[in-house]
Amino acid sequence: MRVNGVFLSGIGVFFGIIGLIYWFFSYEDGGFMMLIGSALLGLLPGSYYLWWSYKMKPQPDDDPTAEVAAGAGTIESFPGSSIWPFVLGMGALFAVLTFIFGLWMAPIAATLLLSAAIGGTMESRRGGTV
Amino acid sequence: MTTTIEPPELVTPEEPGGPDGHHPVSDHGHDDHAHHQGPTGILNWLTSTDHKVIGKSYMITSLVLFFIAGIMALVIRAQLATPTSSLVSFQTYNELFTMHGSLMLYLFAGPFAFGGLANYIVPLQVGAPDMAFPRLNALSYWLYLGGSITMMSGFLVAGGAASFGWVAYAPLSNATNSPGAGADLWLMALALTGFSAIFTGVNLCATIFYLRAPGMTMFRVPIFSWNMLVTAILILIAFPVLFGAVVLLFCDRHFGTHIFTVQGGGVPVLWQNLFWFFGHPEVYILALPYFGMVTDIIPVFSRKPLFGYKGMVFATMTIAALSTGVWAHHMFTTGVVLLPFFSLLSYAIAIPTGIKFFNWIGTMWGGQLSFQTPMLFSIGFLFAFLMGGVTGVLLASPPVDFMTHDTYFVVAHFHQVLIGTAVFAGFAGFYFWYPKMFGRMLRESLGKLHFWGLFIGFWVTFMPQYVVGLDGMPRRVAAYLPSNGWTTLNVISTVGAFIIGASFLFFLANLWVSWRNPIPAGDNPWDGHALEWFTSSPPPHHNYSQLPPIRSERPTWDANHPEHRTIVTHRKPRPPRPEVEEPETVGAPS
Repeated sequence: MRVNGVFLSGIGVFFGIIGLIYWFFSYEDGGFMMLIGSALLGLLPGSYYLWWSYKMKPQPDDDPTAEVAAGAGTIESFPGSSIWPFVLGMGALFAVLTFIFGLWMAPIAATLLLSAAIGGTMESRRGGTV
Repeated sequence: MTTTIEPPELVTPEEPGGPDGHHPVSDHGHDDHAHHQGPTGILNWLTSTDHKVIGKSYMITSLVLFFIAGIMALVIRAQLATPTSSLVSFQTYNELFTMHGSLMLYLFAGPFAFGGLANYIVPLQVGAPDMAFPRLNALSYWLYLGGSITMMSGFLVAGGAASFGWVAYAPLSNATNSPGAGADLWLMALALTGFSAIFTGVNLCATIFYLRAPGMTMFRVPIFSWNMLVTAILILIAFPVLFGAVVLLFCDRHFGTHIFTVQGGGVPVLWQNLFWFFGHPEVYILALPYFGMVTDIIPVFSRKPLFGYKGMVFATMTIAALSTGVWAHHMFTTGVVLLPFFSLLSYAIAIPTGIKFFNWIGTMWGGQLSFQTPMLFSIGFLFAFLMGGVTGVLLASPPVDFMTHDTYFVVAHFHQVLIGTAVFAGFAGFYFWYPKMFGRMLRESLGKLHFWGLFIGFWVTFMPQYVVGLDGMPRRVAAYLPSNGWTTLNVISTVGAFIIGASFLFFLANLWVSWRNPIPAGDNPWDGHALEWFTSSPPPHHNYSQLPPIRSERPTWDANHPEHRTIVTHRKPRPPRPEVEEPETVGAPS
């Protein structure tokens, strides 16, 4: 946890420094904004991880001497097979093609996207899949 | 149904390894197959959320696209073999080099690594049952497949596929200069595959951060997974910028905005800034996974632990960080970028890359080297990437870049870098992990023929291109004059390209032979180090029914060779902190 936090915060600090140097050398907006955006991308989750790493007890995957039994209990709940990622993906495909080939594709895209959203949500709610 | 995973049971290290390094207990992994009830056949492919199925789908799709793009490259080389060839029209030639670059970079080199091999291998290496968000993972694949179909369908529309190069510089890519649906399809394909990459990046981060097995601390994660973590962060930095740029360009083309056109007060060079802010990290998104593969392969075939593990991790981080600050070295000749800043940072990348080379050689030094196919490809990578890297250092110098910009010198440079990584190291990884993925071996003889064909063809193809580049031959031209004196070198280059093409026939033959006459691989054919070699080949549905104790960065080796176990000195574990709240929601299901 702490390594993750230091890793991500390090990214943020690096881009912060580079961004400031770049700004004071070039006064160019585009690159500066992108570098500062990258700095925030590192600092936001990095500081969150660091904060939690001080509040949580060390996890077995951070303990160099952890036994395998330390991971006992449910790791996570994984969904089984599901058709909805495929439907969502095809919906996205038709959605972008709508921009090229015209609005007649929009109903197909909307149907696929909506059914994927509803289907995927219901699937998670009842804890089952197709 | 929703499957709740219980953690694997412990295997004590005292259990002896088999005579050939196979761990006797890991056969139990096969039992899990019986418990997994799911759809079969094509419905299994459509509905699977298993990272192994998705990883294989990614690999097969990207390899098919790789072969299509390779055939395009052969047509391009055939066109250039004679000065004024009429094999293809100039318009078709433009489409071919655009689609060759786009397929190779957007749809093969990246997805093969972070969607294919990483998807398959990273959860195995960190001891996880699956990726953190399995349904998001499946969505990534379908977006990628949709994007691939979208990009390829450019050839079917009136006006042909996109023809503005894989970098789509404004104003060439605007509606006036590149009309037609092909360019739009190209842009939308980037939007889809961009999101696919972002979702995979999120998934890889979450998997490596949250789903590691007990004892698998961050500094015991194999280098391939470390590199995939860093790559995932780079993806999260770079691809949103590309998506934004693509949307802006699409608005310019269709909705009357003037972001990249001078007429309405826009700035064409802004496209280059946005594109290369994506594009240079993209180069390392394409390179770092392959560095990781080589770093995992070389120690196995040297029968030594990796030399300088932490140095490798920090070198990877440094390369990634620097790569995001050097985007405008592609834009030196625009005259509007800060030359010293970008030149200095570009030179600086040579330092961590040099550390990597030093560690790779240090790992081999004094080891018991065995030159099986994955090792041969890894060593081929070292030579190829070294040549591409050295000429990259030259190009980081603005005066040299002014002279060689947009010449074949640059073409030769980036092909040596990218073939070194995505092809040499990528096929090293493929030969290395194929037994794990399919439970059968590839033939060594055909693999070695593939390697030597590729290795010889590689040098024959690209070394002459440096020379014609220095002689002034511009890139992206379909014809040149006989009086230019470039014919001989171009013929040599074309011959080399066809040698490369022929070498892949051995690869296809190898796949076919291994499919028709399988040689069972066993769990651990190479006497591997990392955790993935502990489970069966192919792994059961949720990867592990048993785990060895993880006490170093090579747990499988420690379990199989207790007498040569990696010696690890532990610091005292941190005293537990005063507890405030239980981490009850780490890694929610997707």
